[in-house]
Amino acid sequence: MTSAASAIEVRPGTGEGVAVRCRGVTKTYGSGGSAVRALRGIDLDVRAGELLMLVGPSGCGKTTLISVVAGVLDRDGGECEVFGADFEKMGSTERTRYRGKNIGFVFQSFNLIPTLTITENVAVPLLLNGVPRKAALARSREILTQVGLGDRTGEAPQRLSGGQQQRVAISRALVHEPKLIVCDEPTSALDHETGHKVMELLRGVAMGSGRSLIVVTHDNRIFEFADRIAHMDDGRVDRIVTSAKDLYGD
Amino acid sequence: MWCGSNPVWSSKGKEQARRMNLIALKMIFGDRAKFFGIVMGVTLASLVITQQGAIFIGLMSRTFGFISDAGFPDVWVMDRKVQFIDDVKPLQDTKLYEVRGVEGVAWAVPLYKGMIRARLENGQFQNCNLIGLDDATLVAGPPEMVLGRLEDLRRADSVIIDVIGAEDKLARPPATPGGPRIPLTVGDSLELNDHRAIVVGICKGSRTFQSQPNVYTTYSRATTFAPRERKLLTFVLVKAAPGLDPEVLCDRIVRTTGLAAYTRDQFKWLTVSYFLKYTGIPINFGIAVFLGFTIGTVITGFMFYSFTIDNLRFFGTLKAMGVTNGSLMRMVLLQAFVVGNIGFGLGVGVASVFGSSMKESQLAFKLPWQLLIVSGAAVTVICVASAMLSMRRVFILEPAVVFKG
Ligand SMILES: Nc1ncnc2c1ncn2[C@@H]1O[C@H](COP(=O)(O)OP(=O)(O)OP(=O)(O)O)[C@@H](O)[C@H]1O
Ligand SMILES: [Mg+2]
Repeated sequence: MTSAASAIEVRPGTGEGVAVRCRGVTKTYGSGGSAVRALRGIDLDVRAGELLMLVGPSGCGKTTLISVVAGVLDRDGGECEVFGADFEKMGSTERTRYRGKNIGFVFQSFNLIPTLTITENVAVPLLLNGVPRKAALARSREILTQVGLGDRTGEAPQRLSGGQQQRVAISRALVHEPKLIVCDEPTSALDHETGHKVMELLRGVAMGSGRSLIVVTHDNRIFEFADRIAHMDDGRVDRIVTSAKDLYGD
Repeated sequence: MWCGSNPVWSSKGKEQARRMNLIALKMIFGDRAKFFGIVMGVTLASLVITQQGAIFIGLMSRTFGFISDAGFPDVWVMDRKVQFIDDVKPLQDTKLYEVRGVEGVAWAVPLYKGMIRARLENGQFQNCNLIGLDDATLVAGPPEMVLGRLEDLRRADSVIIDVIGAEDKLARPPATPGGPRIPLTVGDSLELNDHRAIVVGICKGSRTFQSQPNVYTTYSRATTFAPRERKLLTFVLVKAAPGLDPEVLCDRIVRTTGLAAYTRDQFKWLTVSYFLKYTGIPINFGIAVFLGFTIGTVITGFMFYSFTIDNLRFFGTLKAMGVTNGSLMRMVLLQAFVVGNIGFGLGVGVASVFGSSMKESQLAFKLPWQLLIVSGAAVTVICVASAMLSMRRVFILEPAVVFKG
């Protein structure tokens, strides 16, 4: 594990500040007898410039946590700041705009709009952030070329393989250079090798630009890409480790 | 550290919405099946509303076709109980002189209007409208002559018949069995209530509601053709003195003669109102229009809603990626607006093609711009109602759904 060893060392990110700061975050779905306490007091910092993996058994609250962090879901209690800003203190429009500028999303099922070309899909965040259409499309083609899809830019997403679609989705999450990217199971729809390539791409993004990534995953084969791994159980973060070894032993 | 909100954003709402327009359009045009379904729904609704509406208006304007054709009399004077143009309640001949005596009447002429039975060559009878024009002036004659001249009515036993009647209901039997019937034409004779009449002209006029042939002759001859009755004067047609408001004149005539007097437009409206009130026609058309509207709404609403539901995860993705609710609402509205316009255009287009292809037929079809506004408004209601459902779904959509597999 020599090559991975450097990757899983805690990088000296502390001095660069904290990207996400959660204290005692709680979230309950529903009410009364059918209430589900998905988050029961989350304490977590995500450092600027790190790739943090969020792991844990199914139903432990990983997706709920990144939804709260990314400002697409309201928390019930506790504090949560993203780059010093608190979504709860913003109006709905301001919150949406803040997301559009600062947060990139990568989903398990890609969520590319099927009636747009992949270039147009990638251009959406740029258009939202005020880049003129022409420039946005040019920039999108550029980034698609960087992820190896330069010859497919005019195609519809459905014509691409899963791995290629996920590369498009990652391009879309990156194109407007947000400071935080949240990924929910980005590799679980992909085979091992493709998943590995996708993670290399994400890893490169985090290392190269000082932005932070939170990657939710079940896939222990990609743990090596993490700077730190936060393990969740039953709505809490119970361990934060720097190597997969520390989670499950060798 | 970066913090706080960017003040420039607040002015960017419109800009963002504009940028999303193209994406909204690609979403709706890209989904062929749904797109055609929605457009079909709108087309159907606007076609049915426009076409049925046009036939209805066509039929209703036929009810006063005779009043339009009669042309320039300003005021129609008649019995107080008359409810519409074909409602014949004759007056005493002396009423003509009473009307002539009213101050402000430039001139007044008699008009006979009644039903008469024509005996055809094959022995069958056909009911006709008999119209007797003032002998001296021939006022209120047919608007357009096809054959002969109006003045030919001054010849003995002469009548002018309308071209539709001449070619159809009054046509003579075929020369050879199974061949085409022979239109009645100038020089032919006709038996009206046992009186011989000679056709001296063929005219063209607006179709009337009853669609019986119109037979024009002079007032005095009409009274000899007509079944013997005590009173024969149907209408007195009046021209107002120059500069006198016809409505003012109507008031005066009513007060001095005790008869009813209407301006041309008032009489048209009286006639239409009668048909609206006392026939099932408006209800029948109303039902057709209502059905078109309802079915169109259901199809459009259903298809549009299911389009939105199909695309909900993409709306959610856009929401997560920073598209505000305001912009999303605009996207949905734009989608509805575009399919609405295409459907409306197609529907109205098909309706007017239908209308112009029926021009030569018996069908009443009149498509005034007001009707386009009405069906446009109906389509707007349909699209807005459909969009509202969808907008609600998109509005309350939690962007967190995008993480659900
Ligand atoms: N919209 C919802 N309504 C009600 N309960 C929910 C909702 N979303 C999640 N839950 C529940 O909250 C708990 C946490 O869900 P969450 O999706 O965050 O788990 P997860 O760790 O992402 O699981 P997985 O690994 O299976 O994706 C689960 O018990 C789940 O059933
Ligand atoms: Mg999950």
